[in-house]
Amino acid sequence: MSVVISVENIGKLYRLGETGTGSLVHDVNRWWHRLRGREDPYRKVGITNDRTRAAVASDYVWALRDVSFEVNHGEVLGIIGRNGAGKSTLLKLLSRVTAPTTGRIRARGRIASLLEVGTGFHPELTGRENIFLNGAILGMRRAEIASKLDEIVAFSGCAAYLDTPVKRYSSGMVVRLGFSVAAYLEAEILIVDEVLAVGDSEFQKRCLGKMHDVARDGRTVLLVSHNMGVMANLCRHALLLEQGTVSLQAEARDVIGKYLAGGNRQSGESAWDEQAAPGSAVARLCRVRLSSDGQSASDFVLSRPIDVEVEYENLRDGAELAVSIHLLDRIGNCILATANLPSAVLGTDEWGHRPHPTGRFRSVCRIPAHFLNSEEYSLSAFVVSGATSIEAEADHCVSFRVHDDGEMRREYSGQWIGMIRPRLEWNSRRMAPGQ
Amino acid sequence: MRDSTEAHGPRGSEEHPWDLVVEPEARLFDLRLRELWHYRDLLWLFVRRDLVAVYKQTVLGPLWFLLQPLLTTIVFTVIFAGVARLPTNDAPPMLFYLAGAVPWNYFAACLQRISNTFIQNAGIFGKVYFPRMVVPVSVVLSTLIQFLIQMLLFACIWAWYLLAGKQVHPQWLLIPLLTPVLLLLMGALGLGSGILVSALTTKYRDFTFLVSFGVQLLMYATPVIYPLSMVSPRWKWLVELNPMTAPVEAFRAIYLGGTVPWTALGMSVVVTLLLLLIGTVIFNRVERTFMDTV
Repeated sequence: MSVVISVENIGKLYRLGETGTGSLVHDVNRWWHRLRGREDPYRKVGITNDRTRAAVASDYVWALRDVSFEVNHGEVLGIIGRNGAGKSTLLKLLSRVTAPTTGRIRARGRIASLLEVGTGFHPELTGRENIFLNGAILGMRRAEIASKLDEIVAFSGCAAYLDTPVKRYSSGMVVRLGFSVAAYLEAEILIVDEVLAVGDSEFQKRCLGKMHDVARDGRTVLLVSHNMGVMANLCRHALLLEQGTVSLQAEARDVIGKYLAGGNRQSGESAWDEQAAPGSAVARLCRVRLSSDGQSASDFVLSRPIDVEVEYENLRDGAELAVSIHLLDRIGNCILATANLPSAVLGTDEWGHRPHPTGRFRSVCRIPAHFLNSEEYSLSAFVVSGATSIEAEADHCVSFRVHDDGEMRREYSGQWIGMIRPRLEWNSRRMAPGQ
Repeated sequence: MRDSTEAHGPRGSEEHPWDLVVEPEARLFDLRLRELWHYRDLLWLFVRRDLVAVYKQTVLGPLWFLLQPLLTTIVFTVIFAGVARLPTNDAPPMLFYLAGAVPWNYFAACLQRISNTFIQNAGIFGKVYFPRMVVPVSVVLSTLIQFLIQMLLFACIWAWYLLAGKQVHPQWLLIPLLTPVLLLLMGALGLGSGILVSALTTKYRDFTFLVSFGVQLLMYATPVIYPLSMVSPRWKWLVELNPMTAPVEAFRAIYLGGTVPWTALGMSVVVTLLLLLIGTVIFNRVERTFMDTV
C-alpha cells in the first residue's frame, strides 16, 4: 500500500489573547531574534494544549505538537478527540488553510477539504452560478463542473430553483446544494469535518451513503466527527488526539473504546462521608457508582449492560429497607423508576424489603444492554423503609452518557429518536393472497 | 498538482514524487504562477461575481459604472472650475476632470478593494485552500472592466469635443502605444500597494483606516483636479514622487494635449515594480498563516 499523506512532527503554535500593542512588541522581538539567527523566543514558552487549566503563565499554546502519522491510499481514517484536542487545527493544516509552525506535511494527489458545505456561496448569485463558483473554489475546472452539472442538480433536488438567487433559498436547500457540489468532487484525498452534523436525517443518510461510495471507490478519506456510530461504521482506522498530540492510532474500534473510556465529563460516581451523607436516623447513602464489566465509568456503549451500585448503611436494627433508583433524561424527566421490592424485580433480591441488621449493604441494579438510547442520562437514588417513607435521597447524584457503537446501525444511520432503544422481538410473515 | 492523477494506483510510493509539500517557512519569491494558472477558472468566476453581484437588484444596473464618474466630473467641474477657478491647461474643464478621474478611480478602486482581500474573504480562506493571489488579481481585472466601460464614456465625450473643434490636441501616435502601458502600470501599482496593505491589515487593522482616508488624501497629491504645471516648482518634485502623478498626467497629455512626463513615468515604473516585489513577498508570507490572526 502506498502512502498518500505523510505528516511528520507537525506543531502549531497559537497566541492567546487579543492582538494589540503587546503583539507588536512580540513581533519586533521575534524579528530581532530571527535576524540574529536565534530561535523564536516564544516557541519555548508555549504550553501544551490543555484548556481546562485556565490562564497559565504563557501567552502561547501549542494546539498541536509533534503529530506524526501516515495515511495509505484508499484508507478511511477517522480523527477522534474531545473539543479542543486539535482536530480542527489538524484539518486546517492538512487542507492548507494555515501553515504549521513546525514539521512537514507531504501528500500525493489532489486534496479537497470539506470543512464546510457551500463555501463561498454568494447570496446574490443564482444556484447555477454558485455551483460553478463553489466548484471552482474547491479546485474543479469549469469544464469538469459543466460535465457534471446535471448530476449535481439532480442530487441536490434544487432543479426548480436553479436560476433563483441563493439568498431566497431555505437554509436546508443551501446545504443540499453545497454538499451536492462537493459530492461530485473528483479529488484523490477528501478531508471531511462534521459535515454530517448538518441537515435533516434524510440528508444525513444521503451524505453517509455518498461517503460509503467514496470509500468504496478507493479514495482516501480523513473524517472528523463526534458521532462514534458513524465513525465505527465508516472507518477502519482511527487516530485519537488528546491535548494536541496523537495518543493512539489503531483500529477504529479500539480507538473509539479508548476515547469513550477516557471520558470524565460526567461523574459516574458519588460518595459521601458520614457527615455529608444524605439520610435519616434510619438509613443513609454512602456511595452510588456506575460500572460496566466491573470498570467504573461514565461513558458506556449501547451493547454492554450498565451496573448501578448503591451502597447504604442501616442505622436501626430491623428496618425493612429497599433501594430505589430513578433514571432521568438530560432535562430531568423521569424515564423509569425501579426498586428492589420483591414483586418488582426479576429473580429475587436477598435484602430487598427485608428486615436489615445494622451495617453497610450494597445493591446492584443492572440496566441491560440494548435498552437505553445514545443519550445523556442521570440517576437519583433513594433508600426507602416500609416501601413508603424515603429515608435517604440523592438527586442526580450520577450522570452518564451512552454511545452508539455502531452495532444497531448497520442499516439505518440517521437520528434514532426516543429515550430508550430496546431490541424487541419482531415477527413478520408473508400473507397468502386474499387472506 | 495538475498531473496528480498519475501519482496514484498500485504503482507504489517510491518512484512517485510528492505532489504537495507543506513546510513552516515559505520561499520568498515564489510567485506560483503555474498554480495561479490552474485556478484561472476561479479567477474568471470571481471577476464575474464582482461585476454581476454588485448591481443585482438595482434598477440602473451597470449604468452605475457610468454614472459614478459622470457625477464626480460634474461636481468637480462646478466646484473646481466654476467656483475655485482652477486652471485646466486650456482644455475643456469637463474633459479635463474626466480624464483625471477615470484613471484615478481605476487605481483607487484597485487599492481599496484589494486592501480588504483577507478580511473580506476570511470566511472562504478559512475553509478552503486556493492560491490567495487569485482574489487580488481578480479585483484588478474586474476593476479593469469597469474602467473600460468608463473609458467608453470618456471616449464619447472626448469625440464630441473633438468634433466640435474645441481645445483638444490628441497625440494620435501615442494613444495606441501608451494607453495599454498606462493601464498595465496603474493596475500593477494598485495591485502592488493593495496586496502590501492587505497583508499588513491582517494583523494590524490600523491600516484599514489609513487606506480609507489615505486614498482620499492621495488624490489631492495627484494632479486629478489641477494640472501639474500649476504646482509651484518648489513642491513639484514632491508631487512627482507620487507614482500616480505620471500616469494621470501622461493619460491627459496623450488625449488632450501636452507633454508626456517621460522621466517621471520611468520613475513610476521603478516604484511600481518595487511595490509589486515587496507586496508579493509579504503577501506570500502572510497568506500562509493569516487565519491565525485575522
